[in-house]
Amino acid sequence: MAILSVNLNVVSAEESLFSGAIESLQITGSEGELGIMPGHAPLLTSLKPGMARIVKKGGGEEVIYLSGGMLEVQPNHVTVLADIAVRGDDLDEQAAQEAKQRAEEQLNAQSNDVDYAEAAAELARAVAQLRVIQATSK
Amino acid sequence: MAGGKEIKSKIGSVQNTQKITSAMEMVAASKMRRAQDSMAASRPYAENMRNVIGHIALGNLEFRHPYMVEREAKRVGYIVVSTDRGLCGGLNINLFKKVLADAGEQQSAGAEVEFAVVGSKATAFFNNMGAKVVSQISGLGDNPSLTDLVGSVKVMLDAYDNGEIDRLYIVYNKFVNTMTQQPTIDQLLPLPKSDDDAIKHRWDYLYEPDAQALLEQLLVRYTESQVYQGVVENLACEQAARMVAMKAATDNAGDLIDDLQLVYNKARQASITQELSEICAGAAAV
Repeated sequence: MAILSVNLNVVSAEESLFSGAIESLQITGSEGELGIMPGHAPLLTSLKPGMARIVKKGGGEEVIYLSGGMLEVQPNHVTVLADIAVRGDDLDEQAAQEAKQRAEEQLNAQSNDVDYAEAAAELARAVAQLRVIQATSK
Repeated sequence: MAGGKEIKSKIGSVQNTQKITSAMEMVAASKMRRAQDSMAASRPYAENMRNVIGHIALGNLEFRHPYMVEREAKRVGYIVVSTDRGLCGGLNINLFKKVLADAGEQQSAGAEVEFAVVGSKATAFFNNMGAKVVSQISGLGDNPSLTDLVGSVKVMLDAYDNGEIDRLYIVYNKFVNTMTQQPTIDQLLPLPKSDDDAIKHRWDYLYEPDAQALLEQLLVRYTESQVYQGVVENLACEQAARMVAMKAATDNAGDLIDDLQLVYNKARQASITQELSEICAGAAAV
């Protein structure tokens, strides 16, 4: 018999964001997009800024923004240990747009006092937030 | 019997003490609520982290991190989390008793023990005892930050890496509820094995990107989150214990005042009776 659902826990340092049975999870790993279905082989990976799209058992979707973290997959249990996580509905679109613009300006400024890596990380986070906002408003 | 005036001043001093203890009780109650919130917020992360680590310790990984290798316990390290201030009942003493009992067992098994202490109460206690204290930190305040803790933890982790200690435990008070604080000893290193029966067979993870980098990243987060959680829980315990202790002190002061009031009234009654009988005797003599 195929396994139809798997337990997922999404926790950040500040709160527990999701806990329950899911049918699938789509998430941004450090090496690319990952789809986790029930019965997945054990997997350990770090996460990039991006979104986690959760399909709950019996339908219903939830989208969560993650700033990075770790993902552990066991056949019957999935855990997301996020650095910072925000539910899609709670994200502030305007703040994300501003952050994106600021990061782009810094990248284009070409001055030496701007830490390139930090600005790039900032930009990645802002873009990921915007993607999550788009996904939730659809 | 003591004179009325002395009893009156004694009542006054007890009342002053009562005012202080009831103020401390209220301060502790409001701080406890905040400490409890921050503890509850970070608890799921620490617990899930512990689960994941438990799975990793069970697995047959291609890369054996030093943290996963069980060594014979020749030297044992304890990170002891205590409070900075007193007046919180038996909170610290209960914790120290538990540590000493555990350390005694280790010593009788032939292991040496050393301590990294957090909080000035533990510093004072272990220094007085003449135990080996390798690092100490105090004055964390009501909102401990991870960066403050990292230094003290790092001493122990380095000692573990260099093979100077073979086991590392963290000792703190676990917050059960306002009335109950549970002194707890958790094993940090080597990684404690999960008792999840579902995954007993031989298996290994798929890693993205590679095992070593990933595990190192995860293990740093693990130790940090466990120590931070211990400190936060201990803080909530401190406020709860102080609130309970101060409530008891306030109640006791109330009882004391009632008793003294009774003695005072009796003394006053006796002096009035005496005066009356003196007047009567005087009148009879005339």
